Amino acid sequence: MKRLMKYLSSYKKESVLAPLFKLLEAFFELLVPLVMANIIDVGIVNKDMGYIGKMGLYLVVLAVVGLVSSITAQFFAAKAAVGFSTKLRQALFDHIQGLDFTNIDRVGTSTMITRMTSDINQVQSGVNMVLRLFLRSPIIVFGAMIMAFTIDVKSALVFVVVIPLLAIVVFGIMIWTMPLYKKVQSGLDKVLGVTRENLTGVRVIRAFHKEAEEEARFMGYTKALADSQIFVGKISAVMNPVTYLIVNGGIIVLIYVGAIQVNVGNLSQGEVIAIINYMSQILVELIKLANLIVTITKALACADRVAGVFEIQNTNPAGALEAYCADVTSAPLLQFDHVSLTYAGAGAETLHEISFTVNRGETVGVIGGTGSGKTSLINLIPGFYPVTEGSVRFKGRDIRQIPEEELRGCVGMVPQKAVLFKGTIRSNLQWGKTDATEEEMWRAIDTAQAREVVEGKPGGLDAEVAQNGKNLSGGQRQRLTIARALVRRPEILILDDSASALDYATDAKLRQALRGLQGDTTTFIVSQRASSIRHADKIIVMDDGEMAGIGTHEELLKNCQVYQEIYYSQYPEERLKAAKAFDGQAQKGGK
Amino acid sequence: MATDHKGNNSVKGNSQMAALRQVLRYIRRYWLLVGFSLILAAVTVALTLYIPILTGDAVDLLIDKGLVDFSGIYSMMIKIGIAMAVTAAAQWVMNTCNNHITYHVVKDIREDAFHRLEQLPLKYLDAHAYGDIVSRVIADVDTFADGLLMGFTQLFTGVLTILGTLLFMLITNIPIALVVVCITPVSFLVARFIATRTYKMFKQQSETRGEQTSLIEEMIGNQKVVKTFSREEAVRSQFAEINGRLEKCSLKAIFFSSITNPATRFVNSLVYASVGIFGAFVAISGGISVGRLSCFLSYANQYTKPFNEISGVVTELQNALACASRIFRLIDEEPQTPDSPEARMLTDAKGNVSLENVYFSYVPERKLIENFNLEVKPGQRVAIVGPTGCGKTTLINLLMRFYDVDSGRIAVDGTEIREITRGSLRTSYGMVLQETWLRAGTIRDNIRMGKPDASEEEVVQAAKAAHAHSFIKRLPEGYDTLITEDGGSLSQGQKQLLCIARVMLCLPPMLILDEATSSIDTRTELRIQNAFAKMMEGRTSFIVAHRLSTIQEADIILVMKDGNIIEQGSHETLLAKNGFYATLYHSQFAG
Repeated sequence: MKRLMKYLSSYKKESVLAPLFKLLEAFFELLVPLVMANIIDVGIVNKDMGYIGKMGLYLVVLAVVGLVSSITAQFFAAKAAVGFSTKLRQALFDHIQGLDFTNIDRVGTSTMITRMTSDINQVQSGVNMVLRLFLRSPIIVFGAMIMAFTIDVKSALVFVVVIPLLAIVVFGIMIWTMPLYKKVQSGLDKVLGVTRENLTGVRVIRAFHKEAEEEARFMGYTKALADSQIFVGKISAVMNPVTYLIVNGGIIVLIYVGAIQVNVGNLSQGEVIAIINYMSQILVELIKLANLIVTITKALACADRVAGVFEIQNTNPAGALEAYCADVTSAPLLQFDHVSLTYAGAGAETLHEISFTVNRGETVGVIGGTGSGKTSLINLIPGFYPVTEGSVRFKGRDIRQIPEEELRGCVGMVPQKAVLFKGTIRSNLQWGKTDATEEEMWRAIDTAQAREVVEGKPGGLDAEVAQNGKNLSGGQRQRLTIARALVRRPEILILDDSASALDYATDAKLRQALRGLQGDTTTFIVSQRASSIRHADKIIVMDDGEMAGIGTHEELLKNCQVYQEIYYSQYPEERLKAAKAFDGQAQKGGK
Repeated sequence: MATDHKGNNSVKGNSQMAALRQVLRYIRRYWLLVGFSLILAAVTVALTLYIPILTGDAVDLLIDKGLVDFSGIYSMMIKIGIAMAVTAAAQWVMNTCNNHITYHVVKDIREDAFHRLEQLPLKYLDAHAYGDIVSRVIADVDTFADGLLMGFTQLFTGVLTILGTLLFMLITNIPIALVVVCITPVSFLVARFIATRTYKMFKQQSETRGEQTSLIEEMIGNQKVVKTFSREEAVRSQFAEINGRLEKCSLKAIFFSSITNPATRFVNSLVYASVGIFGAFVAISGGISVGRLSCFLSYANQYTKPFNEISGVVTELQNALACASRIFRLIDEEPQTPDSPEARMLTDAKGNVSLENVYFSYVPERKLIENFNLEVKPGQRVAIVGPTGCGKTTLINLLMRFYDVDSGRIAVDGTEIREITRGSLRTSYGMVLQETWLRAGTIRDNIRMGKPDASEEEVVQAAKAAHAHSFIKRLPEGYDTLITEDGGSLSQGQKQLLCIARVMLCLPPMLILDEATSSIDTRTELRIQNAFAKMMEGRTSFIVAHRLSTIQEADIILVMKDGNIIEQGSHETLLAKNGFYATLYHSQFAG
């Protein structure tokens, strides 16, 4: 909670004014029993109608003043609470945006979403309540005690016993239930997780006819959630009755003490009524408080979860590094120097001792089996993961020394999973380059073979794209993600198996277009299709995290066994040709 | 203007009433507990009201110096003690009941929502943002729970307190009671006035929240893409825009609804003042004792406090109902047409699939599949090829009955698929999609999805057949490795292997492979092809693929373009025809 308090600091004025006006209201409220005591002791006893009328008028004035100060307090409280949560939400979102890939892998999406939404909402209502009422209650409680002291010290001593008792109960229950509320929230995480899964995996779930099982699973989670809610509810429910007992016990003692005092002549009947009134005012206040305590405890538990996200820190925060200087033309564009990579928490190395050099304008193919480390390799180029050993150098400089944004600005990446965002085709392309002109966009679209996709949509560039690009087919999405990367005319273009959903004809056209890109774009093509990379200037062959070979198609075909296997598995007839074996039933696939 | 307002009000009122009726339907299931809780509330209220009488009587016993009836006071003290003990006990049990009811109602609603989710046609799910649906099931239901609980704990007791005090007051002194009765309705009017005006604000707040959740879901779910393009800033400002709007409408909703409390409290103060003044006049004329007047005053307080609470509860309930109506809208969504009662179970399908004059389109304005005819004999292999976006995936949507045809019929083994239960139809197909989906859980659970009772040996066997065994073995905990939602750190290819293993394990009589090997390297693919070939033996299979090598061996090749079959036949006949297929085929080697 402490960590989150700073977001309240820009609402200092409101956070002070809200309770202050509440205090005013409470103060006026506390005067009411005094005025009433006067009506009884003076007005009724003296049968003075005029006095009663005057006191009555005071009561009305007190009410009006109370109303005004209370509305003012509500306004400031709402403003501070809403402003606070708005700032907090933004800060949390920004923080999550800043997390590096290692942390993104580790933290689940659904818990992030609950924390950003449900948890922050709870914190907001907690802050609102604290400002509005939580401070009012102690004021009323202590105020009532002070007023009692002004009437009669001996009777007021009862308050001195009652109030600490109440404090113990209230805070005791808070401390007890807080971890339980945290459990409730994590139960909610699970419910959210299943809901999300069932939306994203709806086709698979229905294909396996798992609807009933999924419902059972969901019910398991909601049951656990309800159970934990009910359990914590039972404990919270203790608060009201116990405080009721304490306060009424206090009243009993007050009657006794009052009786003695009246008997001795230290107190009047009206004064006893006033003191008892103060005690019941405490009770009324506490009943309200008990309902709030739940809100506040929940808010504290949620605040803790939110703060937990802030605690996730990137291991090497991107600081201000030496500014990007004009290229050092002498150094090769990209150099991998004995690079090894072990993912955080993984047992074994994913990449081992990789070294190669790439020059400006080259096309580099990366090929290898599933899980051989192709994607891990190219993910190192924009510095998504920190290398464990060795170094990656871009234009002669270690990429760890280059500010993240500069580096990524030079790289156009087309990830495996073709993700588009809600908006228009135009807004998606602007991801690549914020100020891209229409002409730049169309050029990228043409290169990506996406012209027919864009033109086929009503509105062209301004055609709507649904969340996750759901209104487009896999191949359409893929071509648009390629266009998105091309718009920025990157120095390094990386296609991570980005043509898998394209048919061969389109794939071939795409490669042709990429080769035709003017300037010195360096292109990395990760693929499993030998045809996609065979014309590359360099082909890197990955096998189980190690580089099994590097060279041109012809070189590799001669001296790299892994490459041969891959190639011939796709072009069996070539093997036959190469081996000059007799052609049996093999002509199936050839032309 | 005035009429306009009225119209708005009634529409709003209607949807609110409808939501309320639905809520009551859920509560009805717990009528026994509700009744019990009501009785306890009555007991609590009666005793709470009785205690001030006792206190007042006790005060009447201490008249003045030396005139105190101690023995009378002792018996009063005992009575008060007993009354408060019973009240406290009743209160706790009541609160526990209310907790139980609320969280079970919430659980029921969530389960119904989820149940509906499992039955909604894909048409609905494909067209709605997941984030919004998730926000309904989680955040909205949560807010609803808070409102409902508050309603339970405070509405009953509030109403009963009002009725009870009214009764006591009328018994004690009719004229003073009438004063109270005349003034209090004002506080109701005030509360109503505010509540009707804030409902809309709350609704706007919850809609804006939904929008924000969608963005959170989209951006946090695809965090890596955001980072790849260094779009953090842009996304942040997009978030900030919605956040700013949310701040405004939240502030409005919260502030205006929070006026209710001070406003009604003001009315209460007026009531209190009136009772004081009027009571004092009556007391002067000897119409009421001072002790009774003090009791009356505390009644006036108790009588009006519930109005406060109720008005507070009413705003909370408004908010809750606004949220409830969003979740009910989901629950009331038209589900897919249920299986007809005569629908038969498809068991051991032979695999005769026929499509006759099938017409289908997602949106009526854009025709897609027109007059589609196909006859597949048991055990045949059907390959579907064509450029991206030609309708291949749509065909699968129809075969699996994810969507229903607009006209024409699809039959399996001679039975129209609409006369077969969806579950049995879908489980007769084994489906591997290009978009891999895995659930959070262990690798083993994922493989076992289609056959939960599979033995360990079978699981390993399937994994081996899918060539997934070797990489699974290398994972830190083998088959027990937990994977996060969406497969987390597994590569696309590894995920696809798991999806294949999943189907290998349950081996249904028909197969649908939609780009099933698009992310798998060719060496592994070649080996899997053997397994696939074995699997496809005697099974009718539909294969969507771009790799023509996968397709060559099919019995029927459907060449699709723009939703139509433009060519149909075996590899050889199609090549001989030298049409579209031939062009496609040759482009594979175009290089």
